[in-house]
Amino acid sequence: MNELRDLYQEVILDHSKKPRNFRIPAAVTHEAHGRNPLCGDTFTVFVDVESGTIKDIGFQGHGCAISTASASMMTESLKGKSLEDGRSLFEWFHRLLTVPPEIGAPSGPLGKLAVFSGVREFPVRVKCATLAWHTLKAALDRDAKPVSTE
Amino acid sequence: MSRPRPAVSVAPFDVERVRKDFPILARSVRGRPLIYLDNANSTQKPQAVIDAESGFYREHYANIHRGVYLLSQEATEAYDRARERVARFLNAGDPREIVFVRGTTEAMNLVASSWGRANLKPGDQVLISGMEHHSGIVPWQLACEASGAVLEVIPVTDDGELDLDAADRLIGDRTKIVSLIHISNALGTVNPVEEIVAMAKPRGIPVLLDGAQTISHRAVDVRALGCDFYCFSGHKLFGPTGIGVLWARESLLDAMPPYQGGGNMIHQVAFEKTTYAPLPFKFEAGTTNIAGTIGLAAAIDYVEGIGYDAIGTHERHLTARLADGLAAIPQVRVLGSPRERIGVFSVTIEGIHPHDAGTVLDLEGIAVRAGHHCTQPLMARFGVPATIRISLALYNNERECDALLQGVSKCVEVFRG
Repeated sequence: MNELRDLYQEVILDHSKKPRNFRIPAAVTHEAHGRNPLCGDTFTVFVDVESGTIKDIGFQGHGCAISTASASMMTESLKGKSLEDGRSLFEWFHRLLTVPPEIGAPSGPLGKLAVFSGVREFPVRVKCATLAWHTLKAALDRDAKPVSTE
Repeated sequence: MSRPRPAVSVAPFDVERVRKDFPILARSVRGRPLIYLDNANSTQKPQAVIDAESGFYREHYANIHRGVYLLSQEATEAYDRARERVARFLNAGDPREIVFVRGTTEAMNLVASSWGRANLKPGDQVLISGMEHHSGIVPWQLACEASGAVLEVIPVTDDGELDLDAADRLIGDRTKIVSLIHISNALGTVNPVEEIVAMAKPRGIPVLLDGAQTISHRAVDVRALGCDFYCFSGHKLFGPTGIGVLWARESLLDAMPPYQGGGNMIHQVAFEKTTYAPLPFKFEAGTTNIAGTIGLAAAIDYVEGIGYDAIGTHERHLTARLADGLAAIPQVRVLGSPRERIGVFSVTIEGIHPHDAGTVLDLEGIAVRAGHHCTQPLMARFGVPATIRISLALYNNERECDALLQGVSKCVEVFRG
C-alpha cells in the first residue's frame, strides 16, 4: 500500500478529482492540443501571456489521475509567473520525474509539485505527468506572437 | 522402486502442475508473486518451448535448404517437420498450404497485399467487422487505397456480437473477400464464423479468419471451418515471438503473386525473367525465423499434450468466476455480453482511468493491459477511449482470479470520492 500512496498522494487524488483552472481563460494568446496516443489522453492548454508574464492559464480535456492532477497543479504553479520562470520550472519538474535524487539535492522552486516524485518509479507513467507541460511548451513555442521574455 | 499407482482417479487437468511448466510464473514482481493476466496480448513460455528453441541453436543450427552438409540437412528436416506439425494442428490439406510468417499481422499484410493486388478492382467491396484488430483493418485500407476497392464494416451489437442480419445484407455481388477476427481480442466474443462462411461460400467469396486469439483456447480445423485463409501468431500460443502462420487453400496461394522477393522464394533468377519457387517457399523470402518454427512446433506439442478439452473446461470455470466477480462490483462495466466467449474481459471502472487502474494492479503484482488493445474503432463503438483488459490462459488459477477481483475493488477504494 505504501508504494501506492507514494504515487497517488492525497494532493494528486484531490487535484485529479477536482482539477483547478479547468476552464478556458477569458483572453487566450497561446493554446495547443496535446495527446498521448498510448492511452488516448488529451488536453488543450490555454494561456494568456502579457508582457512576458503568464497572466492566466487553464486547460480542458481528459486523462488519468496523474495527467489530470499534473495539468491542474501546473496551472496553479504558473499563474503569475514569468515565462522564464515557467520554463525553468518545467526543467526542474522533468528532472524530478526522470533523474534519481542525490542526497541533499535542492528541490529548487518545485514546491507542491514535488508530490509527483513517486512517478519516477513508473517510467511508463512519466508521459502522463508531463503531457500538460509538453502541451504548454508547444503552445508557447508555436504561437510565438510578439511575446518578449526580455 | 515402482509402486502401483493409487486407485484414486487422477484429475484430468492439474493447473498447479501446469504452472510448474512455466518458469516465469515462479518469479515475483514488486515483491509479490506474478499474476499474469495479459494473455490476449502475449502468452508465457513453457520450459519445453524454451528448451526446443535453445536446443536447436545448441545442437542443430544452420541455415536451411542451402547446405550440402549434415547440419544444414538437420536444420532443414526440423524446419520441414515443424511445417508438417502445423499442418496437422490446423488439419490443413497439405503442408504446402502452411506459410511461415512473423505473426498474424504479417499474414494479414501478405494476403491483403498479394491477394488484394491480384483480385481487387475499383468498386469492389472488402468486408471486415467492427471488432477487428488494427491488423485486420489497416492492411485492407492499404489494399483498398491501391486498388480503388471499398472497405465496408459489419457492425457490432451492444452485446459485443456481429450483427449477422447486417452481414447478410452487406455480402453481395461486389463483395470480393470477407476478413474477420475469429475471437475478439478486446471483448472475448467467439464469432459465429461458420454462419458468415455459409453466407459467403455460395457466392464464391473467400473468407479470411484471424485466429490470433483462438489457438490457445480452442482447437482449429480449417477444413471444418470452411474458410480460405487462417492466420495466427506463435507468441500467443506459448511459442516464440516473431513466428506465425498463414494457412490458405493451395489453389489460392498458387494464384497469388509473391509478397516479398529475395532468396529462397525463387526458382531461377535472370535479369530478363525470374521464376518463383513452388509453395510454400514462394512466400518465404529470405532466411526465415527457423528457430521460431522449432519453438512453435514444441508449443503445439505442449498444448495438444494437455488437450483443448481440458483447457476449455478449466478456462470456462475461471471465466465464469471472473464474470460473476466483475458483475458483483457495481462500479465495473464489462464491454459486451456475448453468448459465446472466452476468458477475455474489457472493463471500465467508474471514475478511474484504465492507466491508473493498471498501475494499482501492477503494484499488486497483477499484469493486465490498459489501453485500446489495437481496436480503436471498437472502443469508439462503445464510447470509451480505453479499457482494462483481463485475459486468461491455461495456467491461471482461482487464486489469481480472486486477487484480480480484489485488486479491482482496491482501485475503486483508492479513487473513491
